[in-house]
Amino acid sequence: MKVLLSGNEAIARGAYEYGCVFASAYPGTPSTEILENVTHYKEIKCQWSPNEKVAVEVAIGASFAGGRALCAMKHVGVNVAADPLMTLTYIGVKGGFILVSADDPGMHSSQNEQDNRNYAKFAKIPVLEPSDSQEAKDFVGKAFEISEKFDTPVILRMTTRTSHGKGLVEVGDRIESKVERGFERDFSKYVALPMNARKRRVVVAEREKKLKEFVEETDLNRIEEGKGNIGFITCGISYQHLKEVLPDAPVLKIGIPYPLPMKKIKDFVSKFDKVFVVEELDPFIEEQIKAEGIKVYGKEFFPEIGEFSPEVVRNGLVKAGVLKEENKVEAEDKAIPRPPVFCPGCPHLGIFYALKKAKAKIVTGDIGCYTLAAIKPFEMMDTCVCMGASIGNAIGMEKVLGSGKGIAAVIGDSTFVHSGLTGLVEAVYNKSNITIVISDNSITAMTGGQPDARSGFTCNHEPTGKMDFEVVARAIGVEHVYVVDPTKMDETYKIVKRELEADHLSLIISQGPCVLYPQKVKREKFYTELENCTACAMCSKIGCQAIYRTTEKTEKGRFKWNIDTTLCTGCGLCIQMCKFDAIRPISRKGE
Amino acid sequence: MESKNILLVGVGGQGIVLASEIMSEFFKRQGYDVKKSEVHGMAQRGGIVSSHVRIGEKVYSPMIEKGNADIMLSFEKMEALRWLYYVKKDGVIVSSNVKMVPPIVSTGAFEYPEDVEERVLAERPDAKILDIVSALKELGNDKVTNVIMIGALSTMFDFEPEKWLEVIKEAVPKKVVDVNIKAFNKGRELMGK
Repeated sequence: MKVLLSGNEAIARGAYEYGCVFASAYPGTPSTEILENVTHYKEIKCQWSPNEKVAVEVAIGASFAGGRALCAMKHVGVNVAADPLMTLTYIGVKGGFILVSADDPGMHSSQNEQDNRNYAKFAKIPVLEPSDSQEAKDFVGKAFEISEKFDTPVILRMTTRTSHGKGLVEVGDRIESKVERGFERDFSKYVALPMNARKRRVVVAEREKKLKEFVEETDLNRIEEGKGNIGFITCGISYQHLKEVLPDAPVLKIGIPYPLPMKKIKDFVSKFDKVFVVEELDPFIEEQIKAEGIKVYGKEFFPEIGEFSPEVVRNGLVKAGVLKEENKVEAEDKAIPRPPVFCPGCPHLGIFYALKKAKAKIVTGDIGCYTLAAIKPFEMMDTCVCMGASIGNAIGMEKVLGSGKGIAAVIGDSTFVHSGLTGLVEAVYNKSNITIVISDNSITAMTGGQPDARSGFTCNHEPTGKMDFEVVARAIGVEHVYVVDPTKMDETYKIVKRELEADHLSLIISQGPCVLYPQKVKREKFYTELENCTACAMCSKIGCQAIYRTTEKTEKGRFKWNIDTTLCTGCGLCIQMCKFDAIRPISRKGE
Repeated sequence: MESKNILLVGVGGQGIVLASEIMSEFFKRQGYDVKKSEVHGMAQRGGIVSSHVRIGEKVYSPMIEKGNADIMLSFEKMEALRWLYYVKKDGVIVSSNVKMVPPIVSTGAFEYPEDVEERVLAERPDAKILDIVSALKELGNDKVTNVIMIGALSTMFDFEPEKWLEVIKEAVPKKVVDVNIKAFNKGRELMGK
């Protein structure tokens, strides 16, 4: 039976069909839906981990115990997980181990663009790269087989378009893995002491040799005969774009970009006048081929930056003289911009307004919805590096500037759990005087509302322990801890201002529920009595997208402001801004 | 088998992704190969959403090339203007007359032009602008723009309306099935069918 699945849904389906028993992940676009869909299969135990390093570590444990394990994250998550990964590559596996890296060429929702095929070469392990949903599912099975056969972790590399694009997939039944469950003690394999690791280092080299033989034979690297005297080597989503533009071209379709089947490549290249390597981001395949002294063309014609599309491939082929220039369409945006904004009633609005009003000098930021505070209307976030960096960045600034006064670090609850905790320890231990704000909406909102250690429920929506930030902070040694409700503007402002000016480390936990997750917030809405509106525009300062400028003017010719009641979620920030009784709860309409 | 590139554009929250899911499932059931893609992430926070649906005998790339969309359905009128260049010279453009003012306007940095519809029509005189604003009022539900648009799309293909409704009924929550059937028919009616 064929069904329509996204690449991420197909990976979850693959995990089910190929006998995976454990899956872990930390949410991050474009990888998030993998674990969300795994939760639909009761045969697979699964969980959101506090961060990618822990996610890999628990999946390693599952593999050591003989279970097929899958661990999913976005590309930058692999940076966090790199420490256990780089040694797992020495130790190897028992049950098959797959690390899914969902890369984001073009940075649709990421702070950088990195080609994680490089991690495979770096870790000396195979990487499989599917080009559509069907392959995403199939490659999960192949990856488990390779992992167990060669005693190696395997990276399954997705990109935004393979993860989120949908296509038809033939689905089948579940096949249980034949690997026996149970951990067998093996000091020389599982304990990475230098004396053991040195020996395993040699095993890794031998394994690479065997893998190089395997990749010559596997049908994951396949030749598609075609017309003409120009050949193409391609992989992943680039294969689909190339086939779109040149459906009849001869293609060596690479399913395993590392290690490469050099004999097959040499043989393929010898049959054509010219061979082009068509690959998104880094010249990863191209450089390996050129290092063997084989002549191919690639990045002279195709960009190294950004996402590929059929037109990017077409333009490269025109540049290379393979295709003639046709009527090229220039993107011509004739509309006004529509940048993303905070949701109406978002608890981040209140805390950023307070930081702005209190004139915080520097606000170091982090990864999450609140990063939107960097753009208009707040413009109250000065740095954004990676998960958890806000606290460390603020501490470092203080060291150079001489004082932590006026410096705030803002971090979300999920990010704080992910890698802010150690930053807080650093702040206490090294006597920092900054103000740390946890903007706590008790959910991982940016990626679509995944629960975290603060939320009180698991990935399967079962109730679980709920981390108490106040208690944790005190246990770490933070003396000045305050919990505020960011919809109470005066109180929030007073505490933020006082603590920014104080000569000690403070932690302000700004607590308010996300308006979307886990349930949509339903509170009494507000409306504007336009007669009373003096057009002072104070309500517009809180950055709520439900508040808009009307076409109605005051006698002085200034535009009045109104509230879109279909968008309003009743947080009440605007009513606190209005001095003229123009904003009221709906129940007082007409009074 | 006729291949078509269908582009859906609008604003986060308008149900574009669901509409493209319904279309993809529909064409799959009629025997087409289907691929679709859109970008998730920050779009739900009031940003621009676009979804590419490609159908045919065999579809490779999930992305439509610029200037190569056969049909564009725009759920918001400013977005129709933004994405015009994506549509083939002889392509079909159907836009809603719904106006969603981006918050950037409230800061005074930009104005939402009053003549968006005229501008669309000046460039593409064949574009159809549907009175979705009135339709939503009439239906008493402001969340069904997506199914009205599917109704409009259905008039461009020779399939029985019932076949479309089968998929729609499965895709929307039970308690709103009736209003969605009405929305689908409204979409057809607005296209003159």
